[in-house]
Amino acid sequence: MTRDDTLGTRLFVIFNYSFLSLVGLICLLPFINLLATSFSGSTAVASGEVKFWPVDFTLASYEFAMRSKQFSQSMLVAVERVALGVVVNMLLTILAGYALSKEKGNFKWRNFYAWFFVVTILFSGGLIPWYVVISKTGLIDSIWALILPNALPVFNVIVLLNFFRGLPKELEEAAFMDGASHWTVLWKIITPLSKPALATLTLFCIVNHWNSWFDGLILMNRTENYPLQSYLQTVIINPENIINLSRGDYADLLNLVNARTSRAAQLFMGTLPILLVYPFLQKYFTSGLVLGSVKG
Amino acid sequence: MLKIGNSRETPLHLMLLPSVVLVLIYSYLPMVGLLIAFQKFNPAHLFDSPWVGWENFKYVYDMPGSMQVLWNTLTISLFKIIGLIVVPVTFALLLNEVGKSLFKRTFQTLIYLPNFLSWIIMAGVLIDILSPSEGIVNKSLGLIGIDPIYFLGDATWFPITMIVSDVWKGFGFGTVVYLAALTSIDPALYESARVDGAGRWKQTLYITLPGITPIIVLMSVLSLGNVLNAGFDQIFNLYSAQVYETGDIIDTFVYRLGIEQTQFSPATAIGLFKSVISFTLIALSYYLASKFADYRIF
Repeated sequence: MTRDDTLGTRLFVIFNYSFLSLVGLICLLPFINLLATSFSGSTAVASGEVKFWPVDFTLASYEFAMRSKQFSQSMLVAVERVALGVVVNMLLTILAGYALSKEKGNFKWRNFYAWFFVVTILFSGGLIPWYVVISKTGLIDSIWALILPNALPVFNVIVLLNFFRGLPKELEEAAFMDGASHWTVLWKIITPLSKPALATLTLFCIVNHWNSWFDGLILMNRTENYPLQSYLQTVIINPENIINLSRGDYADLLNLVNARTSRAAQLFMGTLPILLVYPFLQKYFTSGLVLGSVKG
Repeated sequence: MLKIGNSRETPLHLMLLPSVVLVLIYSYLPMVGLLIAFQKFNPAHLFDSPWVGWENFKYVYDMPGSMQVLWNTLTISLFKIIGLIVVPVTFALLLNEVGKSLFKRTFQTLIYLPNFLSWIIMAGVLIDILSPSEGIVNKSLGLIGIDPIYFLGDATWFPITMIVSDVWKGFGFGTVVYLAALTSIDPALYESARVDGAGRWKQTLYITLPGITPIIVLMSVLSLGNVLNAGFDQIFNLYSAQVYETGDIIDTFVYRLGIEQTQFSPATAIGLFKSVISFTLIALSYYLASKFADYRIF
């Protein structure tokens, strides 16, 4: 920081802090408003009294969500999807990242495979052929429809292969001298050295799977197979769905909640997992960014 | 095939095998499926449907409003691209003047969070706060005497709302990227500039900005491939029939045509058009990035 204390500089510093505080506040307020709505009584919300603090504080909207069969069911599907999807993603990413990190001299087909995968970033079949292929392979209404079509995150593979290439070569060369196989080198030497990179990519896979909604909406015919974000999508498009789809034991709650309070509560619960992993995401992100893309 | 030395490579092939199979089925097979753009596709006959040449493309071209959709896509995505360069650079520069502090970290945390939330959550928040009757934004505007604005229901306001909210969701990412680039500028440069009597403004203009220009160019070039992606996730969850005129984009148009009206072949024709243009733009952008910024993906 410079220490030239002219009047202009001091004015700028004051302006800068105020402006940034204002922008930060504006970014935060919509979420505070949502949170306040979710904890407020339905009449207070309907009459527009709720701003940034709950009015007639109640947990009814959260209780409503918990008793809604649709909400808990799609929460379960989402958790299942994240658990299965992240394992498949990471396993394939590590295997492909390792194989592709080899130089062409050690792996003749390396460039062929690399381009084979990169082409899928550059070109795609588009919506209709994508849907037709998934439905012809019999995955409609199956959890695997949400996992297999995106089983290999090619960008992550590129990030990881670049990371693997940055590791000291001597370690694996020594292991190969001692007669170790590729499998041993990968699991015993490379993987333990790459924990930060793997953690970063795992977080990205978690966020990605948790946030995906379109595939669930299109590939699941029955609403009980919707993951949480797909179900929330139907709630956003048609607010009354939140009551109609609930199929739960909630009659006593109906005068305490309305579509708006329960939507706010369910949206907030839909962001909770992201909020939980966010501190880690932030910590790893800058390093993850450097890992992957910008190389001199 | 089985020469000495190749058996060492067998495990590497095996490691790639599951990925190759899945990518072949779920990425390459749909590319073959693009052929239905030249057919009168009937799901019952699959690929035995009759061939019709360019008829589907003509059909889409002659559809009322299809050129408007292309125009909407281009304008919305271009303004988003510009916004997502100018705004993050501005905030990175302002934040750079704050120094390393709790304030800086808190600000980054706040603006970066929406980047990780899905457009479902963001759409839910936007619908709630922008509602003309109950939303907090219009309530606040009411306090200073402005009539309620239909941000999501008015054809003039809709694209503006899309651009602003997309910049809101995305600018934290760019800010972090540019801030990281700023920290790599050699402090000695500032030192000598101060000795020469350059004030803060001059330092920003002649050292900081040129210092991050390469990464600004790189980010701009890489966003070229997104010119036909105006943001399906966002617009699909926020638009309605009243705003099709200015808010309907290629991806939402394809969705309605293909999934809702089951006109598979015309929808695929548009998809093919989009894929070809995007491919050209991405290839071009990577070429430019490797040429001018020495950027390599692997």
